[in-house]
Amino acid sequence: MRRQLLAIVAFLAAMALVPHLVDSEFWRNWVMMALFYALLGQAWNILGGYGGQFSFGHAAFFGTGAYCSAILHVHYGVNPWIALPAAGMAAGLVGAFIGFLSFRYGLRGSYFALVTLAFAEVLRILANTVPITGKGVGLLIPLEPGAANMQFADRTGYFYLILAFVGLALLLTLWLEHSRFGARLVAVRENEDAARALGVDVFRTKLAAITLSGALAGLGGSYYAQLFLYLDPGIAYGPAISVEALLVPIVGGMGTLFGPLLGSFALHGVSELAKLAFGEAPGLDLALYGVLLVLMVMFMPNGLFGMGRTTLARLLGGRRDA
Amino acid sequence: MVELQILLPAILNGLTTGAVYALIALGLTLIYGVLHIINFAHGSLLMLAMYAVFFLHAGLGIDPYLALPVVVPGFFALGYLLQRGVIARASHGRDENILLVTLGVSIVIENLARYFWRSDTRTIETPYSFETVDLGVAFIAVPKVVAFAGALLVTLALWWVMSRTDLGRAIRALAKERQGARLVGIDVDHIFAMSFGIGTACVAAAACLLLPSFYVSPGVGHTFVLIAFTVVVLGGMGSFAGALIGGLIIGVTESLCGLYLGESLGQIGIFLIFIAILLFRPTGLLGHRA
Repeated sequence: MRRQLLAIVAFLAAMALVPHLVDSEFWRNWVMMALFYALLGQAWNILGGYGGQFSFGHAAFFGTGAYCSAILHVHYGVNPWIALPAAGMAAGLVGAFIGFLSFRYGLRGSYFALVTLAFAEVLRILANTVPITGKGVGLLIPLEPGAANMQFADRTGYFYLILAFVGLALLLTLWLEHSRFGARLVAVRENEDAARALGVDVFRTKLAAITLSGALAGLGGSYYAQLFLYLDPGIAYGPAISVEALLVPIVGGMGTLFGPLLGSFALHGVSELAKLAFGEAPGLDLALYGVLLVLMVMFMPNGLFGMGRTTLARLLGGRRDA
Repeated sequence: MVELQILLPAILNGLTTGAVYALIALGLTLIYGVLHIINFAHGSLLMLAMYAVFFLHAGLGIDPYLALPVVVPGFFALGYLLQRGVIARASHGRDENILLVTLGVSIVIENLARYFWRSDTRTIETPYSFETVDLGVAFIAVPKVVAFAGALLVTLALWWVMSRTDLGRAIRALAKERQGARLVGIDVDHIFAMSFGIGTACVAAAACLLLPSFYVSPGVGHTFVLIAFTVVVLGGMGSFAGALIGGLIIGVTESLCGLYLGESLGQIGIFLIFIAILLFRPTGLLGHRA
């Protein structure tokens, strides 16, 4: 645990230097977005990686967080810093609601994936219909630069904000790995019936995981809204975010502390390379993601992190499956 | 209260749409029944088939209905190869992996379509696109009537294949007991791929029947795939009769919800049914408890 904690601190410290050392605006932005998707991936990882419940609709949580903070800010004049925890809570509640319904009735595997997908779709249609979200036209958040409004003129503020979120997510996951709750969650993933037989409250464990996962994704949504100052139902609840959230940990390594981080940087590296090779073409980067998803499942089911770990262990002559 | 003159056409229109939903769902339910996987690529395969029909019409002037003998075998082959070459190979026999692989395949197909054909919505015009038939109580567009009849015919043909041929018997055997089927000499990988191929062929038939009255765009699969899932879940996973009845129910529900709630909110009725069924009766109307 101490080594992992040290690794987290070292990573955060190194990242904190990026705005000062990296001159190019483009690359600073690139690192920032990679961190943003790492946050979403870490949120998915808690439920999908550690808990084994594959959600295909994490946009439901992301979008709820985004809309919640934007609506509170635009329509009710609530300060974004106060709206932020509210957004996390709202998304967590949506998670608890979906979890309560689907886990209560014992939905697993593909059924669970379908339900999450359907909920994201219902929310997208709702956001398209009710006036408070601005319907299909979208919601514009007024530009009022100033740290007090969670809007940063020089973008460095945005960088440190997402870095703080990622740090929070990493520490939360570290705690999860070493807590009894985390142990119960992994037990549920490995064999639900056996876990139940050993006295694990399967329902409550999964419920807690989806709530936590939803809340983290909601924070990401709130951040997104403040960064781009615009939301519409397709951005907030569309499938792109759901896919990204699950792809990042799958590429990096599901159920590992640093998997989502690694996955996010790798994935966005590939997507930049694709842009260099093919130019800005709509759809091509996502198509590439799809290919990557298939290839990862085919050849590297443990993700980059698992792969790296195995190779390292083999090189050091240690256990093969360390 | 809406007048009967509006209600009846809405129900009839719903039935015709529902028959096509049933056809799409039939493919999905067949794949589920045999392979026990939910094929997330189903919608994008439908979209691909619709583009095939569109380009056959735009490029070679082939009527959508006459495209059936070309598109259906073509997509059967595509489905067969997809299962054998990609899905079976990538999944290592684990259900979660199959789920992710079919999702990956759907992302690839959909976004390649977006890349090559842009996001434009395309329609084709046929001489009969705007013809209607007088059914006594209402006027229904000719393509919709054809789609209804066609969907029923394909369902019937599929039922015949499943119950009267060796292939159908092998598929059913495999659906019931994988190990036992292998022991009596059924080539499991081949039959899996055949099932996937037939499921994809259903989608191709649906595309031919849909296009005279519907548009095609890279995202069109989404419109149908969640509906098809709903139909399958409503009718009972793996049940053919269930898919047919489920399709008709969903078609009518959609039509009526659209009438009462408006075009945009109308879709929500379907998803609410979907979620409710998954939660309260996951076996569906005609399904068996797993």
